[in-house]
Amino acid sequence: MAVCVAVIAKENYPLYIRSVPTQNELKFHYTVHTSLDVVEEKVSAVGKALADQRELYLGLLYPTEDYKVYGYVTNSKVKFVIVVDSSNTSLRDNEIRSMFRKLHNSFTDVMCNPFYNPGDAIQSRAFDSVVSGMMVQAC
Amino acid sequence: MADEALFQFLHNEVIQYVYKSAENGEMENGRCVSKLEHLGFRVGQGLIERFTKDTSRFKDELDVMKFICKDYWTSVFKKQIDNLRTNHQGIYVLQDNKFRLLTQLSSGKQYLEHAPKYSCPVVFGVRLWPGARGTLQPGCEEHRHR
Repeated sequence: MAVCVAVIAKENYPLYIRSVPTQNELKFHYTVHTSLDVVEEKVSAVGKALADQRELYLGLLYPTEDYKVYGYVTNSKVKFVIVVDSSNTSLRDNEIRSMFRKLHNSFTDVMCNPFYNPGDAIQSRAFDSVVSGMMVQAC
Repeated sequence: MADEALFQFLHNEVIQYVYKSAENGEMENGRCVSKLEHLGFRVGQGLIERFTKDTSRFKDELDVMKFICKDYWTSVFKKQIDNLRTNHQGIYVLQDNKFRLLTQLSSGKQYLEHAPKYSCPVVFGVRLWPGARGTLQPGCEEHRHR
């Protein structure tokens, strides 16, 4: 279960960012922002590293003491970042991948919506509900 | 293949409509072309997002061009690009010998000046990648993407 989910546009500004409301949201914004550097590094390193790494899923970007940050880049250079709690050790790689998959599918639907202007903030309720489904439920 | 004819008719009518509904002052290419370009660009963006959802990551420009020439062109126009040339310095020339949206126009020179109007949408939609720009030349049907 994610603590924060963010969608970053090609030009590196956020299209959508949502975190668990009980915590300091600014901290998550900052975490996501700093993770962008790691994403860039991973994306540009692919050419020099193994030629087989051609997935959209980037894996664990970096761990902090409380959280782990995962990244995913689409072919149109839109980045998805998910932050999960470190104490949640039962979360496996496959589950993170499937979360990204769902995000990507939902994002594609948003892009195909003729009422959505690419570059605007995402306000789709369907997208919101997909993200709610993967966030920690705040009681 | 009834759906292909349906799309072609609709496509041609949209273009005619945009041109007819332009005020007199706008009859020169400027506004109409950019309206149609924008239309095609937006449609292309959605298409691209859907098609690239399941493909592996593009490593370089060549990957992007291969995707455009094969997968994208096949999905939209049901055939591949006939010829791809490059000068290895960022300019690519794509050639389609039988561009589907124009085959219904006469194959002589009579309507050559109107042809670009009809190819604007959708082709320009593929300009999604950063910095890519395209121009279109009918007659010999060449497209350049940078």
